[in-house]
Amino acid sequence: MLKKKRARESAEIPSSSLADIAFLLLVFFLVVTTIDVDTGIGLVLPPPPDPEQPPPEVRERNMLKILMNAQGAILINEQRSSLDDVQDRVFRFVTNNGEDPELSDSPQQAVVSIKTDRQTEYERYIEMLDEVIGAYRNIWSTEARQLGYRDYVQYRNVEGEPNPIRREYPMNISLAEPDPGS
Amino acid sequence: MAHFKKKQSGTSQDIPTTSMPDIIFILLIFFMVVTVLREVELLVRQDLTDAENIERIEEKRLVSYIYIGPQILSAGNFGDTRVQVDDALVDPDDFRAVQNVMRQRRTDEPRLIVSLRVDYESEMGIVSDIKQELRLADALRINYSTRRAEGATEL
Repeated sequence: MLKKKRARESAEIPSSSLADIAFLLLVFFLVVTTIDVDTGIGLVLPPPPDPEQPPPEVRERNMLKILMNAQGAILINEQRSSLDDVQDRVFRFVTNNGEDPELSDSPQQAVVSIKTDRQTEYERYIEMLDEVIGAYRNIWSTEARQLGYRDYVQYRNVEGEPNPIRREYPMNISLAEPDPGS
Repeated sequence: MAHFKKKQSGTSQDIPTTSMPDIIFILLIFFMVVTVLREVELLVRQDLTDAENIERIEEKRLVSYIYIGPQILSAGNFGDTRVQVDDALVDPDDFRAVQNVMRQRRTDEPRLIVSLRVDYESEMGIVSDIKQELRLADALRINYSTRRAEGATEL
């Protein structure tokens, strides 16, 4: 009897590794895919003006007036400045605590007023607002470090919000209505 | 017993089906990845700016969007800056529609956050007009939507 020398090879594609391949693909896409989280600069607007109640008086020294014109040039308290100065100016203004008679009485009373032209580009405005908020975050982080935390983010994760630092250094930003411009 | 046996090859005639679930699984992943879940059809351009000192919105269901940017015209052209809420453009001479919509949403969800998605080239005038409407609608929590700049810290 003549017997075939070898058993016929299976014609099926080996499929045992397919599950692994699928799993690898799944992991790959899970890692690569970024679910876009919404990020942005959060603010709380003031309530609509009440005609019977005039806006509260703010002393001259407690108001840091930042003006930005249509070309993106910046004036801080009628003084020409650049974008890089904004953060430092706001920092010194808020943390003054009555030392310099030109700057604020206390952090609670300090108000940063931002005003633009109607023609100011949104991008320039956000750049400036970013600097002002950066200044406040620097102040909060400085305070948090004195309490033994690495930075404000760590402090907030422990203490939550609102917390004593935020009460001590409230972010008083006043967004004035823009000038009609030229 | 002259019986002619049909000559038959030894291979199986069936298509192997053991891998079928895996193939379907891969297809599923493919479509999961490719599908973009978009709630609205954008009618205005949305080139957002970057910022460093940003916060992230964890609770997406609280968010309502207002889109501001140059209107998308055919053939890659852009028109004047317009405001879009949901699927429609708002009449540029009458932003009170924004106020009405947002007041309604504020009543339904008191913790409403209005996300302003503004194109970088827009002018502050129109942004400010919308902000005034939001103040009147008592929708005071806003968020200027920005992309994450390099080295940004999120709160």
